[in-house]
Amino acid sequence: MSTKHTNLIVSSAPHVNNPVDTKSIMRDVVIALCPALLVAIYVFGARALVLTAVCVAACVIFEGATRKILGRPQTIGDWSAVVTGVILAFNLPVTLPLWMAVIGCFAAIVIVKQVFGGLGQNFANPAIVGRIVLFIGFATPMTNWAVTSRMCNVIQSTSVDGVTGATPLGLLASQGRAAAPSNLDMFLGTISGSMGEVSAIALLIGGCYLLWRKVITWEIPVAMLASIAVMALLMHQDPIFHIFAGGAMLGSIFMATDYVTSPITSKGKIIFGIGCGVITMLIRVFGSYPEGVSFAILLMNILTPHIDRWTRTHINGVDRKAVK
Amino acid sequence: MSSGKHLNGIHVNHCKNTAGQAIIPMTLPEKVYIPMSQHIGAPCQPVVAVGDHVKVGQKIGDSEAFVCAPIHSSVSGEVTAINKAMSQMGRVDTIIEIVPDGKQEIAETVVPPTITDKASFIKAVRESGVVGLGGATFPMSVKFNVKPPAKVDTFIVNGAECEPYITVDHQNMLTHAQEIVDGVKAVLHWLEIERAFIGIETNKPDAIKLFKDLLKDEKNISVAELRQVYPQGAERVIIYETTGRHLIAGKLPADVGCIVSNVTSVLKMQQFLATGMPLVSKAMTVDGNAVADPKNVEVPIGTPLCDVIEFCGGTKADVRKIILGGPMMGRAIPKDEYGVMKGNSAILCFDETAGTQLPETACISCGRCVRGCPMNLMPTKLAKAWEHQDIDTLREYDVTTCMECGCCSYSCPARKQLSFEIKLAKTWVMTEDRKAAEKAKAEAEAAKAKEEEKKEGGDK
Repeated sequence: MSTKHTNLIVSSAPHVNNPVDTKSIMRDVVIALCPALLVAIYVFGARALVLTAVCVAACVIFEGATRKILGRPQTIGDWSAVVTGVILAFNLPVTLPLWMAVIGCFAAIVIVKQVFGGLGQNFANPAIVGRIVLFIGFATPMTNWAVTSRMCNVIQSTSVDGVTGATPLGLLASQGRAAAPSNLDMFLGTISGSMGEVSAIALLIGGCYLLWRKVITWEIPVAMLASIAVMALLMHQDPIFHIFAGGAMLGSIFMATDYVTSPITSKGKIIFGIGCGVITMLIRVFGSYPEGVSFAILLMNILTPHIDRWTRTHINGVDRKAVK
Repeated sequence: MSSGKHLNGIHVNHCKNTAGQAIIPMTLPEKVYIPMSQHIGAPCQPVVAVGDHVKVGQKIGDSEAFVCAPIHSSVSGEVTAINKAMSQMGRVDTIIEIVPDGKQEIAETVVPPTITDKASFIKAVRESGVVGLGGATFPMSVKFNVKPPAKVDTFIVNGAECEPYITVDHQNMLTHAQEIVDGVKAVLHWLEIERAFIGIETNKPDAIKLFKDLLKDEKNISVAELRQVYPQGAERVIIYETTGRHLIAGKLPADVGCIVSNVTSVLKMQQFLATGMPLVSKAMTVDGNAVADPKNVEVPIGTPLCDVIEFCGGTKADVRKIILGGPMMGRAIPKDEYGVMKGNSAILCFDETAGTQLPETACISCGRCVRGCPMNLMPTKLAKAWEHQDIDTLREYDVTTCMECGCCSYSCPARKQLSFEIKLAKTWVMTEDRKAAEKAKAEAEAAKAKEEEKKEGGDK
């Protein structure tokens, strides 16, 4: 008789897994954010790196501590807190005092994410809420835009003290299109603004990496940017300017595409993206704030469960009208 | 052909390590254990007794039931016991133990059947003992016995072999192509079916070329090249990919004009038609990272699985998981002493590294399971509804449509056992539906009886 095997594991099929897991996805997002971080360091100096490091550290510590206090399994190993930290830092002006950034991290990780049950349970993107909390709580430091020697075309005269400048959208709102920087500067990133959102090209490189790694799908970024462009045309503004300006690139590629807070189906993602784009433009043109990406995404985050229900998939080969 | 649209699916590593290895016959084991329930349907009853001498191809189990396929001895030798014992299916079954005498004498009953019409053809297919050898084990004769008003116009031969590791269908196609084509012709002729497709995944270009050459003068039989996307070999998927027709849950392929048969089933059927030798052995791939010498072997039905593994050099590492079938839909078994059954097409042995379950994390709603589902279900939604024991949502999101292909679990980055949870949910919903139907029926009968009683009372 041959050798019999004992101590065998019995489990349900399938017995193999795709190597992609939550951790590898989050790590890919961090990799995709690196080009924009490099541009930020180049444009704003080492302070950009310090701010990012502080945000990442604060997010990871808050995540670990909350899980511990709540007696839940530890999840800092899944890299999701790192992603939140980097994205939140990208949404801040480089001059922001570090303690304020830490408060943003607290709002993002503890209030929005962990209190609702941790990764997968949050109704809104943690980094966006973190930014909005800071934006409303610390309006002046949050709009204190740094000007550095790297910036070619910033109109110095617009700033009172010579060390702060306005963002392209700020200039557009206050002085019109002619005062705002050229599309090329906005594409490259030599402009004023939140530290991670200045360079469209760096964000696009990151976006292409995510598409190539199949971490994100095309629907949300394309729908959001396209609807921003269409809205701009309808409002007789420069569409290229609007998709490069402010948080449009960062928001559409990295924040609106957050799995947890965006719809699951392709159709749902397109609706979500269009919603984000339209609301962004309405705020930019008619609202009292120059920028509206984070509010737009937050509003669409809240609608996501409903969009998921409206755009549920249906099984093949069944005539839905006949069933209903 | 299909309209260029495809069903969802996933990309899996093929791991076809044994591709190109000829199927070698296995040496006779010391004893065979042949269970009486090797197909979907009624189990067979033994037609031999302890102490009987049996020969290869002799019928040892049969049943009067319609959905059934007879079982034949795979060896010549003496029946030493007929026991109730656990089979590899995890159920108690009647198992006939036969000790081979080594002579492998062929039974006198093994003569080519005479076929004159459709009825005699279906009878011959039944006598061959062939069932769906891809793993579904549905008796082939029942599949062929299409009840009107269903009208079949397409016969689909399933040579997709989309499960990783398994290569025996591929080998059978390469070595028995002509016999397979003859079998297809017999089916088309006797069942009066207009056309046939031989569906082969494009990871087997040699088999595709071979069949294309063989079929170049055939008008109604053609090769359908299938994409390398799992699960092309699933019945509902291969029907859609070849004909563009959707087979919905609860319907039979015949309802959409199709019969689907595994390519090895067609081969075994044709071998019975030509020689009278029924299904007594099964080609199996033995592979996995714990197997010393992976091979394709032709195994007599009833051979203990551990003997088959031993024939392939035994194991080289501590085995933690043994899977019957492919890694996507195969069953992990608790012991390897069971006899090989008709539906087995692979034994895969894995060590600690591949055998253990990965820890589950939270669902991040990434939608990979939805994009992977060939049936367009929302596995994440179904799994959550199951966790909340929410039967209404399970029904609303068509849980019973799931065919358990495993694409959702495979693609889940949170390692959630979606397929398993949906399987449980599906069983629950189906049981509840059946209960409700029985209750409604009983109530209707009670109401009817009451009415009749009233009527009778009124008559008096």
